[in-house]
This record gives sequence, C-alpha cells and structure tokens, in this order.
Amino acid sequence: MADERRPKQCSLVLPTESMKVMAESVGVGQLQEECCVALSEEVSYRIKEIAQDALKFMHHGKRRKLTTNDIDHALKLKNVEPLYGFQSQEFIPFRFASGGGRELHFYEEKEVDLSDIINTPLPRVPLDVSLKAHWLSIEGVQPAIPENPPPVSKEQQKVESTEPLKAVKPGQEEEGPVQGKGQGVTSAESKGKEKSISRLKPRSTHELSVEQQLYYKEITEACVGSCEAKRAEALQSIATDPGLYQMLPRFSTFISEGVRVNVVQNNLALLIYLMRMVKALMDNPTLYLEKYLHELIPAVVTCIVSKQLCLRPDMDNHWALRDFAARLMAQICKTFSTTNNNIQSRITKTFTKSLLDDKTQWTTRYGSIAGLAELGPDVIKTLILPRLSIEGARIKAVVEGPVISNIDKIGADHVQSLLLKHCASVIAKTRPLPDNVDQYRADYGYLGSMLCSHVVKARAQAALQAQQVNRTTLTITQPRPTLTLSQGVSTGSGPRTPNIIKVPSSLTLPVQTLVSTRPVTPAQPSPPATKYIVMSTSTAAATSPQVVISLTSSRSSSPITSTAPSSTSTLQPLVKVEHTGQSVTTPGAGGSRTLQKYIVVSLPSAVSSEVKASSLSSPSTAVDSTVKADRTELPGASTHSSH
Amino acid sequence: MAAVQDAPVEADNEKEIKTETLNDAAGNHASAAGGVIPSPPVASTSSSGPAKAGGPGSEEQQTLMAVLQFLKKNNFVGAVDVLRREAGILEDSDESQGQELAASALGGAEAGDATCTLSRASSCTTSTPAVAAAPAKGGEDQPDVNVVLSAYSQQGDPALYQGYYSGLKKFVESVLDCHRAELSQLFYPLFVHMYLELVYNNHETEAKAFFEKFSGDQECYYQDDLRVLSGLTKKEHMKGNETLLDFRTSKFVLRISRDSYQLLKRHLQERQNNQIWNIIQEHLYIDIFDGMPRSKSQIDSMSGSLAGEAKREANKAKVFYGLLKEPEIDVPLDDEDEEGENEEGKPKKKKPKKDSMGSKSKKQDPNAPQQNRIPLPELKDSDKLDKIMYMKEATKRIRLGPESLPSICFYTFLNAYQGLTAVDFTDDSSLIAGGFADSTVRVWSVTPKKLRSVKSAADLNLIDKESDDVLERIMDEKSASESKILYGHSGPVYGVSFSPDRNYLLSCSEDGTVRLWSLQTFTCLVGYKGHNYPVWDTQFSPYGYYFISGGHDRVARLWATDHYQPLRMFAGHLADITCTQFHPNSNYVATGSADRTVRLWDILNGNCVRIFTGHKGPIHSLAFSPNGKYLASGATDGRVLLWDIGHGLMIGELKGHTDTVYSLKFSRDGEILASGSMDNTVRLWDSIKAFDDIETDDFTAATGHIHLPENSQELLLGTYMTKSTPVIHLHFTRRNLLLAAGAYNP
Repeated sequence: MADERRPKQCSLVLPTESMKVMAESVGVGQLQEECCVALSEEVSYRIKEIAQDALKFMHHGKRRKLTTNDIDHALKLKNVEPLYGFQSQEFIPFRFASGGGRELHFYEEKEVDLSDIINTPLPRVPLDVSLKAHWLSIEGVQPAIPENPPPVSKEQQKVESTEPLKAVKPGQEEEGPVQGKGQGVTSAESKGKEKSISRLKPRSTHELSVEQQLYYKEITEACVGSCEAKRAEALQSIATDPGLYQMLPRFSTFISEGVRVNVVQNNLALLIYLMRMVKALMDNPTLYLEKYLHELIPAVVTCIVSKQLCLRPDMDNHWALRDFAARLMAQICKTFSTTNNNIQSRITKTFTKSLLDDKTQWTTRYGSIAGLAELGPDVIKTLILPRLSIEGARIKAVVEGPVISNIDKIGADHVQSLLLKHCASVIAKTRPLPDNVDQYRADYGYLGSMLCSHVVKARAQAALQAQQVNRTTLTITQPRPTLTLSQGVSTGSGPRTPNIIKVPSSLTLPVQTLVSTRPVTPAQPSPPATKYIVMSTSTAAATSPQVVISLTSSRSSSPITSTAPSSTSTLQPLVKVEHTGQSVTTPGAGGSRTLQKYIVVSLPSAVSSEVKASSLSSPSTAVDSTVKADRTELPGASTHSSH
Repeated sequence: MAAVQDAPVEADNEKEIKTETLNDAAGNHASAAGGVIPSPPVASTSSSGPAKAGGPGSEEQQTLMAVLQFLKKNNFVGAVDVLRREAGILEDSDESQGQELAASALGGAEAGDATCTLSRASSCTTSTPAVAAAPAKGGEDQPDVNVVLSAYSQQGDPALYQGYYSGLKKFVESVLDCHRAELSQLFYPLFVHMYLELVYNNHETEAKAFFEKFSGDQECYYQDDLRVLSGLTKKEHMKGNETLLDFRTSKFVLRISRDSYQLLKRHLQERQNNQIWNIIQEHLYIDIFDGMPRSKSQIDSMSGSLAGEAKREANKAKVFYGLLKEPEIDVPLDDEDEEGENEEGKPKKKKPKKDSMGSKSKKQDPNAPQQNRIPLPELKDSDKLDKIMYMKEATKRIRLGPESLPSICFYTFLNAYQGLTAVDFTDDSSLIAGGFADSTVRVWSVTPKKLRSVKSAADLNLIDKESDDVLERIMDEKSASESKILYGHSGPVYGVSFSPDRNYLLSCSEDGTVRLWSLQTFTCLVGYKGHNYPVWDTQFSPYGYYFISGGHDRVARLWATDHYQPLRMFAGHLADITCTQFHPNSNYVATGSADRTVRLWDILNGNCVRIFTGHKGPIHSLAFSPNGKYLASGATDGRVLLWDIGHGLMIGELKGHTDTVYSLKFSRDGEILASGSMDNTVRLWDSIKAFDDIETDDFTAATGHIHLPENSQELLLGTYMTKSTPVIHLHFTRRNLLLAAGAYNP
C-alpha cells in the first residue's frame, strides 16, 4: 500500500494555474510558464514542510484533528507571519466555481452588515471547563455505568447474534482474570464447557447475575407499576444504561408476552406502559435490537391495528396509543429496515391490506392509516391519497346515514380527522394553487371541502414558518413522541380527538402521563385500576385465537396477518394460549405446567368477580410472589423451552 | 535551599550565567556550551558574536575556532575582531587550529546542535569530516555553500546509482541467511545518502526515479522520514531541511558482526564499487562486534531511530541508579505515629514495622550515588511533616499484583473543546493542574479543601504574627474556590508540573517560556526564557528546586528555580525533545525525542550516559520505576518499551495500544505499569513479570543482543476503555489508587 502511495507523494505538486491565479490576485499579471513551474515546486515543498511541523503541534496538543491554529504555530516557527483570522464555521470553507474552462476553489468571504451583527443577540457563553470523576475500574472490574463505554459494543452484539461461532466475549477472553465476582463461577464454568465443545454452536448463556435479576425485577415492576415517577426513572434507566444487553432477551419477551395478554384483557394502560418500554429500548444507543425485532414488531403492530384495545371503546382514548405505536413503528422502520429484512415494505403491505379490506373495523382502519401516515409523505402520497374518496364515502355513510352504533360513529370521526391531518400537509406541498373547494370535492369526494380548508391552513402555516427560518436565531427542537392520554370528560358526546402534546426534548426524558380526569366509578372500573402482569415462559410461537397479530418469528416472507380477536365478552380476563395443541383456559391453572407459566395479578379494585385470580389475596404480596416466581424460574425456563 | 549555594555546582553556574547574560544582551538566540559540558562543541550562530568567558582548554578552544571560522566565512569582520580580542587568540593560530579542529571533529561523537533551526544549516560545522574539505573546496567555486553539503559534491554518473544499489541488493540477497539480516541494515542509510547525492548534484529526474524504484524496499518504520525526503527534490531545499541535516551531521550507526562486515568489504572491493564504499566510509559508522550475527528480530527491535542504533560505548558509562538514602526524621515520626495510633486504638502494632523501614533506608545501596553528588535542598519543617504523612499513607498502601489490580478513578475534563494539552497531579493527589491550548493553566482541588490565596500585603500587616494559627490567618477566605485559573502564557501550554512541596507549579508553552507559579498567591513568579521555540515538556525534580525542560530547539535545559539561566544544557538529540523525566534520585534526567531515541543525562557533568534506540516513532512518555532501575517509554507507534538502566539494555516490549501512548506510570511499589493512550484505553501491565522474565547473562549484557520474548499478552493485566476520552495523564496515589485524566472529545 505504501508503495503505491509514495510515488504520488513524490510528484504531488500544486498546479501551475494556481500560481497564476495567486499572482494575479496580488497584482502580478502575465507570469511566465517557467516561473510558474519553479514557483509551484517551491511552494509545494514549503507547504509540505509547514504541514509536517503543524502535525507536531497536533501531536503535542493531544488531538487527532489538525487545526488552523497548528498551521499558525508552524508558520510562527518558521518566522512567517501567521494567517490571522482564518477561522471558519465549516470544516472546509472553500467554494467551488467553474466557468470558461477554469475550475476554481476559493474562500468565500461574505460582506457582513454591521447592524446585523450588533442586533443579533449574543451567543450563549460556552460552558466552562469542569472536572468530573468516575470509576473506570474497581479492583480490576469496569463498572457498567453511563460514564463508561458499554461492556459489549453494538458491533460485538451484532457479531454475536449473526456469527455465534466467531463471537468472543471480550469480557471473558481478554480480561479473563479480571472478570467480576458477580459473574464469577458460572461464567467461568460455561466458558470451559464452550471450549471443550468448540466445534458445536455454543449454547448461548442466559444466566443473569443476582444484581441483574434484582435490577430486572425492579425495572419491570416500575415500568408497569402505578407510580409514575418511578416509571419515569425506570424508563430513563432503560434508555441510557449501557449494560443492559444481557437482559435484552428478557425485556423483549416481557414486552411481547405482556402485549399478547393485555390486548386480550383490553388493558389500555398496560399496553401504553409496554410501548413506552419499547421506546426506551430503542432510545438506548448501546443495544443491538435487531435480534429481537421479531418479538417487538408484532407487539407494536398489535397496538396499532388491534380491533379493540380498551374496555370501553366509546370512551377510552385508545387512539393515542395507536398514534404512539404508529410513530414507534415508523422509527423501527427507519432504523432497522434493510434490503434484507424488508421491514418497511412488509409492514406497509400489512397496513395496506387491512386498509383495502371492506370489512375492517374502524379501529383497525384508523390504526393502519396512522401506521402508513407515519412512514412519511411519500407513503401518504402513493397509498393514502388515492383512497381518500373511497374512505370519504365510507365515513359519509356512517356520519350521515342512520345511526347504527355510537362506536362506529366515533371511529369514523377519528379516521376523518386523522386523514385530514396527515393528508393536508402532503397536499399542500404537492398540489398547485389555487385551492378551489369544488375542485377538491371533485378530486377527493366527501372529504374534499374539509380538506380544502385544512390545506389552506397548512399553507399559511408553512409560509409563517418560512418567515421564521429567515431570522438569525435557530432553535432546534428534537421531536420526541410523547403521549398524553386523557379520557373524555363527557360521556354522552363523542370523545375528543386524540390529545397529543409535544414537549420539547430536554435532558431528562419527557415524562409521559396518563391523566385520568374522570372519577372512577365502581360500576365501571377504569383500566388503570386493574393491572395484569402476565409472564409466559413459552417462547415458541404460541398462537391463540386471542392473540391478534402473529408475525412468524422466522422472518419468512409471509406477510403479517392480522386477525380480529374473537372474544365477545370484553370484560372477561381470559387468557388463552395454545401450546402444542393443548389450550389453557383459566389463568393460574397453567402455572402448574412446567413449560408454561401465567401469573395474573389483579389489584383490589379490579373486576375481581370476573378475574379468577382470586387465589392471590393481597396486592402487595401478589406482586412479590409474582416476581419471585419469575426470578427463580426464568433462567432455567428460557433454556428449556427452546425445543 | 540556601545550602545549595555552597555546592560544587556553584562555580559552574556562574560561568554559565556570564555567557548567557552576554548573549542575551546581544538580543539574540544563542546557545552556549558551558565549560562543564564536555559534550561536543556547540556552534553559536548569533550574528553579533557571543564571547566566551571560559578558560582555556582544548575543547573550548576548538569551539571558539569553529565560531571564528563561521564568522569569517560569513564576513562578520567586526565580530571576528571582537571575539578574537576577547578570547586572546592570535590571528595566525587560526589556520593551524582550524586543521586541529577538523581533526578533532572527526573524532567527535555527536553533533552539537545549535538552537535555531533555520540557521542550523550553517552551523553544523562541528562534527563531520566534511569540515576538512570545506576550506579547500569552498574557496574555489562555492564561497557560500554549506560546508556540510559539500561532501556530496563528488561526482558520479547519476545513471549508475540505480545499478549500484540494485547490485548491492542482489549481493545481500545472495549471501547466507545469517548475514542477510545484518547486511540489510545498510539499505536504508545507503538509499538516503545516494538519493541526497543525486538531489545535491541537481539530477532531479534521476533522483525521483531512484526514489520511486527503491523507496518501497525500506522498512515501514522509516516511512515518516521517507515522506520528508520525498518532498525534497531540489538542492535549494536541502539547506533548511532538518531531517536531511540530521542525517548529515550524525553518522548513521550500524552494528554488524565481523563476518558480515568482511563479506561486505570483499564484495565491494571485488566490484570496485567505490561509490558505495565512499558513502560507507564517510557517512556510516559501523560498529563491528565479534560473535554470532544477529537475527532479523533482534535487529528490528533495536533499529528505527533517526541515526541508527546506539554505539556500544555510548551505553557503557556507569550509572548510579540506586535511590538516595531517606533523611532521618525519626523523632517527629514517633510523635505523630503515636498520636495516630492512639486515635486508632491499636498502639503497639506498628512500632516494629516502622523500625524495619528505618533500618532498610539506612543501608546504603551500592548502586546509589553519593548523597551529596547533586546538592539537594534542605528539608523544611513542612517537608518533614509531608514525609511523615507519606509514611503513614504508605503503611495503608494496597499491595498490587496480578491478583489485586488497582481501582482506577478517571477525572474527565468536560467542555474542554479539544483544548486540554497537559495534566499533572500533586504527589499527595490533592490538586490537579491542567494546561490548555488557550494559554491558560487551571488548578483544581480534588479534596473538599478549597483553594485559597494569601491575603494582600496591606491585610497581612494587620495580622497578629504571634498567634498560633498564623498560617491559617494569612489565607484569604474570600478567595476560596474549587479552581483557579492562571493567566500568563501566550501560547498553548504543553506541560505542567507540580513541585513536590505543592507550593509551586511549572508550566511550559508554545511561547518558548517556562513559568513558575506560586500556589500560595496564584500568580506567576518567574518566566524562564532560554528556549526560543516551543517548549514541549517540563518536569520538577523529585526533591524540588531543580527542573528540566525540553522543546523544539532539541536542547534539554536544567534549571534551578532561583536562577533565571539554565544550569545545564543537554544537547545531542537530533530532533525535538518531546518529553522529560527526572530519575527518582534526581541525579539523572531522561529525555525522549522525535528522533526516536531516549537519552539519559548525568546532571553532574552533563554527559549523555545512555542512548536507547528501538522506538519507531516520536516518544511521548517516560516513566522510571520507583527503584530507579528501569525506565519505560511510550511512543506514537503505540508500543511501550522497557529498559534496564544499569546494563543499558532493552528488556521488554509491551504491544497492545493502537495509538500514541501519552502517559506511563509505575505503581508506588513498582508491581504494575499503567499506560494511557490516545486510543482511549488505560492498560495495566505486570511489570514484575516483565523484569523477571529477562535473564541478563554476561553475554547479552556485553553485546547488547537481547532476545525479546513475545509475551505482551501475558503481561497485559487489564484494558479499560474510556468513553471517547484520550488518557493524557496517570498517577498512583500514595495508597496505590490509580488516577487517570483526560478530556472528553465527543
């Protein structure tokens, strides 16, 4: 490699045209060709010399980047006046121009209006240097704290998941004697075993240390518990902690099983909590999630398109959950979709299919539209806009036709506002002016007139924003989807539109609150009061009639199918999981089996008459026992069940 | 500290000061070789003509003659007259002495370098045999030409150069395997000299062709130098080029066994290959030894420096690497200890331990220098108190080893914006100093005790000086803060160092000065001027008072805090001095350089007593083992090398880092070597094992042919990644907790 480079180094000389241009810039015209050649050689040599000296300053400055200051110091070393004021915001401040057969790179110096400078507010004073101490290592073991890099990097996790034979855990190989006492004996043993059967695919070890088990227990409890502050903390921990990769399979199973059961239970609050966990996991930069998408995506898609997510569809705001999950789905597609796994196209296909189906319920329709809309304006343009008139007709039929059911009406309302919201901005960008109501009606049918007014509004807003951009100050807010769920105050009239408040991101994670404004009446217990935590240790693809979405875990090309839940009595907390042909109908009964375990915890105000988990006497002990059982049985269970 | 004034060094100091003062008065950069430095004469380039106050003595005479010659050549008639008058040299003696000088210069071992890079071109008169040829040739056709370069003026047919070189290549490839590795060493120096000859004689195209054809054959670690060479295609460029001049002013040293050498000689004589023979004669120094030819790996481990390997004689001098006897401060120790023990409630236990420690220190180490070889400052009461604290802490020290690794506490500098350039901790780990690219030095207190400065003079007058807590009263409570900023430098600060008593802080900077700051008043006390170019590193002596500095001018200087002129100047490196370190007994200093060598200098007489070659990149960190026997050095190539000072041998190579090693530190007992690097890792190495594994029998000690075991992986005890934070400094607390520091670079 060096051989190829060196001749280049030898012959690299500035072009003579540059010399001419430079000479002209200082007022020397008509430079002879020989002069140019001589000059360019001399100048190139000097530049190389200065660059070499500048490198010295970079090394002593303990940096990897050469700065203009280094060049200045090198010039000073040679007794040459440094270049004053050569500072630039950009990395390479040169502009390129060509014309008349000449190509030029020049340094653009804009004329600056003094009044502009005076009038702009002073920039924020940069933060002062400060000192922070942390433990890089404690008696040879590096603690997994945010200040330290993740113990296993993302690349490492990827290698482990894709090529398990090659994977070498750095913690075990390189720092063998340094290994922590926490993992001490077990990991050493398993290592020895792995070595002896090194030709076989090594069994992936899933033992968690005692600390990790405690942590897992605390985190999962807090995430689905009732204390919002605790939950915020737990989610923050999931989103930032670098040492979670070992627990990732557990979290993934927790979420997918949780969704599977709580959809059946129509437990809206818990579904929201679980989605927020997904979000937190995605926010964690140290986790390699690809391996667990087959569990997470069905869970998320379920929360988008499930026919029913809450106990009282006419009142509870499950729309917000669908929106949130749709945004999550979009994020997943953006981050993980590759040409190999085709996540985005498969998801799009699924949504489109349910959208095209005439028999689709309003809720599912809403979900699939939301899911598609979040994927971006292009998707809206190609998949939703052409269907506007059909959907419009369908909405019209419900709104203006004979009243069949209140629920349908609400659903149609929501779909309508959703369509208006997403389509208006896209139309505003693509459709030429003017906005003629009749024209719109002709193009989009029933929704045309409303769409027209929305588009006008969107255009006005865009113009306003464009104005603001021209100002000197620029605030960048990172949009983070946050979810505020509010239950309608009035019961009679249609529920409000989903109330989504965007909070500008700050250092701490935005706290998502579930606001329950309506007093809880004993006759109709509201969802937050009931809490189910369901753990299933069966990782095999157990398909049940109640499970709404099933994505084949082998990631085959088969499309995701959404099946409508068939349970009729929505208040029945029925857990039905088919496993190897047998069906377990009642919760608790399954606990006796070795392969499957269901624990349903119900809090006191729950509809205890229906829930048959009456064996659990008090809520606090219930929670404890749950987790204990879980903790003791999980490690072994996960390895057993993979048959 | 006053006691030092009576020391034997005193006389030397005065001499130094006189010459320096004169030079400074002339307002010119000058380097003067003191009479006390028997290292080769240093030519001064100051145009105003520095005068020499030193006495007679053949060496000085020669220096003077060199200066005179130079001045004459440049037509500084006035300066010549003045110098001659002051030195009392007769005009006729000039010529005769000139010959003498040339003759002696032939024997001169190293080039003394002048301070100024630009003028260095004309100042290299000192060491090459070319000097002899200069007057004759220079007089005829090139009155102003560089004497150095004129050696190249001998003409050979440029077209034949490629033939010569490939002929030699063929020959080397054809010899027996055991000789091939040794003879391959010739390629690089020959290649460079032949290329330079071509360039010097204006055969630009041939030179380029030659370079292209053969540059690929050279060892990869010469890449940096080759890059410099590749840019150099014109005779005019040669004048100011440092790398080239390094090559010219110093003979490239090769170590070859007698058999191999005979082979080579016979071959060249058979072929009548005078061109190559001439180069070997004039520009190379072949150190012939009897015995087995060395293997490729043996050669590779030692080569890489700018001027080849060190000669064997260069590392023969006796080095007193033992530690000094600790002063006896038993009485206060007893009091303190008993107090402490009473508090702790276990009164009897520690007595015998302390006694044993005392008796150990009383035994005189045979390798230790005399206690007063270098005059050291007397201990003050506060120093004694500190010593007692040190002893107490030392008893609580954790014994480290492969089984019990140290905990590492990392101090991250946040919001430094890539500006952190140097860090130092005090010995008791109570303060951190950071040097920054924005010319500031910042001091932090890491203990809850805040930094306070002394009250102003007016306020101090009001204090009751008889009171017991007068030391407390003089401090200004209002000024208490966690950190202080010291302003004064006018360029990036590249080195900081605390004095052992924590009263002073040194900093060196791009602006060419070393500054001494008071940590009582947080003001600058002295600016030491002498280096006219960036000063890359500075370091306090472990006993205080003295400090060393080194920088771009390739000269390391030894200073005392109360002298504004250097006491010693250590010249000999062929490129920038990048790092400096005091030996624990304060009798020696080690300097690392961009010429890829480490040198050890004797403070007493200014001699270079060790030259360590083997690094393949500029050296950026040095550390002595606490017992003074070993030295570790880290370089840009990411390797850490271990050296036995007594034998002058390389004894270990630690591979693992992937970027520049910026910091090295031995644990307090020397069991663990910690290294911190630009690659964002801290690594711990088993130094005991590294030192034990080498068995230095008489043969290896005599010839220096070490065989390094490839055991870096076994010696590596731990690797700790930081989060994009290069590790700039490491420090073991008195209890063996490892502190590391660096700036977060997102």
